[in-house]
Amino acid sequence: MSSFISYFINGISLGSVYAIIALGYTMVYGIAKMLNFAHGDIIMVGGFTTYVITSTMGMSPMVGILSAVVVCTVLGVAIERIAYKPLRGASSLSVLITAIGVSYFLQNAALIIFGADTKSFQSVINVPPIVLADGAITISGVTTVTVLSCIVILIALTTFINKTKTGQAMLAVSEDKGAATLMGINVNRTIAVTFAIGSALAAIAGVLLCSAYPTLSSTTGAMPGIKAFVAAVFGGIGSIPGAMIGGIVLGVIENLSKAYISSQLSDAIVFSVLIIVLLVKPTGLMGKQIQEKV
Amino acid sequence: MKEISKKTKQSLATYILVIAFYAVCEIWLKTGNMSSLMEGLLVPLCYYMILAVSLNIVVGISGELSLGHAGFMCVGAFTGAIFAVTAGANLPELLELVIAIFLGAAVSAVFGFLIGIPVLRLRGDYLAIVTLAFGEIIKNVINAIYLGVDSAGFHISIKDALSLNLAEDGTTIIKGAQGITGLPRNANFTIGIILLLISLFIIQNLINSRQGRAIMAIRDNRIAAESIGLSVSKYKMMAFVISAALAGVAGVLYAHNLSTLQATPKNFGYNMSIMILVFVVLGGIGNIKGSMIAAVILTILPEKLRFLSDYRMLIYAVVLIAMMLFNSAPKAIAFRERLMESINLKRNKNIKEEA
Repeated sequence: MSSFISYFINGISLGSVYAIIALGYTMVYGIAKMLNFAHGDIIMVGGFTTYVITSTMGMSPMVGILSAVVVCTVLGVAIERIAYKPLRGASSLSVLITAIGVSYFLQNAALIIFGADTKSFQSVINVPPIVLADGAITISGVTTVTVLSCIVILIALTTFINKTKTGQAMLAVSEDKGAATLMGINVNRTIAVTFAIGSALAAIAGVLLCSAYPTLSSTTGAMPGIKAFVAAVFGGIGSIPGAMIGGIVLGVIENLSKAYISSQLSDAIVFSVLIIVLLVKPTGLMGKQIQEKV
Repeated sequence: MKEISKKTKQSLATYILVIAFYAVCEIWLKTGNMSSLMEGLLVPLCYYMILAVSLNIVVGISGELSLGHAGFMCVGAFTGAIFAVTAGANLPELLELVIAIFLGAAVSAVFGFLIGIPVLRLRGDYLAIVTLAFGEIIKNVINAIYLGVDSAGFHISIKDALSLNLAEDGTTIIKGAQGITGLPRNANFTIGIILLLISLFIIQNLINSRQGRAIMAIRDNRIAAESIGLSVSKYKMMAFVISAALAGVAGVLYAHNLSTLQATPKNFGYNMSIMILVFVVLGGIGNIKGSMIAAVILTILPEKLRFLSDYRMLIYAVVLIAMMLFNSAPKAIAFRERLMESINLKRNKNIKEEA
């Protein structure tokens, strides 16, 4: 029983990372109506930035995390400006192919800069573990921090969207771009802000992910990125609480199947969840059915 | 004599191009001037071209994006390989290959159909992500399973070869991550070209048929196509299944060109699917001839430019982005139109002055 509980807790920890990544996916999808394939690779950039600052340059972990957030935010906005903005109004196929190109570009640029060998990432989180039930269950510091940051981010993001002008503008743009423009909302700026927030979240997710699984390579972000998308679809794409629940459920499913079924098949099981969700409830748990007008 | 239509002419030009390519390579080979490197590339060229045209059905004609073509190729490859080392082992080489190709195509088509059921009725970019997931699932599953056969039939295990509990006459076919060994290696360039021609024939016929026009109508305007009574999911499914089947054929060809077949990230992973996508995008989305030419160039060029090999994938990425920005960005399209207009104006002026 205690082993089940510890797998479960690890699953929630991994799921919280997925949830933070999925938030970025879901926001960008809701507002720019595009699947930002490069989102997963921004996680990797965040991890590498922290790695360079803390391990290579020997600065404090806090500086590492902050610079990861700054670098990723700038990168996210730059990608949007250079690659996606010119394609606004083009077919979704070409936007999707461009996003894949950007993702591929980031992966291979990192491969050339940092080499093909896997780096060992020094955890930047120094929180003592919590021991429960006379040592039968230990919750590591990384898990505590990950789950807490996930909750803080969810609250902060919901408040931001519901209480600030920019947040309201985001809702308006996601509802109807044309009408939002007529109401005096700067659509381009709103989309750029969305990308900035999404990328900053990806940077945090990157640091948390690399602290929990202390390896780093150019493809670190690819798999978590895709799984986070699965989480976003599971929760209902475009919905913020949905992304949160989807992420955590997916993390638990992945960890439990790794423990009790097969470690090699856990990815396959996670992706099967995606196919089952699309079969049973294509809008996800909390997604809205969008009526299409001609 | 009956007038040959423009479409027939275009299809004929494609076939002639392939046959000319075949003739040039054969002459080059027979006169003994071809390097062993190039000789080794001949069959790969065929299956890359088949993959490129098969992906072009989904991307170009149906307007969807599949990122799992390597997965369908993997399904075809393993189906063909399992047949080759079991029932096909005692058959004549050519017969074995032909049956393997049909089996590979059929099994890939079934997988395409199963993937298509949940996805193709949805709107949006779900197909891309689901096919990507499918490719990963197939690769993981094949790396995890052990398959053996004995007089009692097939045995499957996800632990190891011993837990298959084979009878004395049994043999292990798939050894987990080690894959399938002892394949016949009976694919050759001529068979590859014949398969390519058959694939082209199927695609050209599809494009010029009633069904093909329906698929393209759905791509261009789904709502309008629906309103005249076309079944969107049926036609999308048709394009997707045909494409999957042809990718399976390419997989069978791939497997029969090797003595050991393994599912590694390199041959059946995401990178492979992206490479096929680069062929299609560089050759022109929807342009069958172009995607074949791109496949040939992008297969031969990296071999000739070895010093650039580290940057190859980076260059592919830039090519994808640049092609999309240049071809699809509304501003770029407007710019091109203005450019063409001004050129036409000048030409008209010159003609007038000459007159």
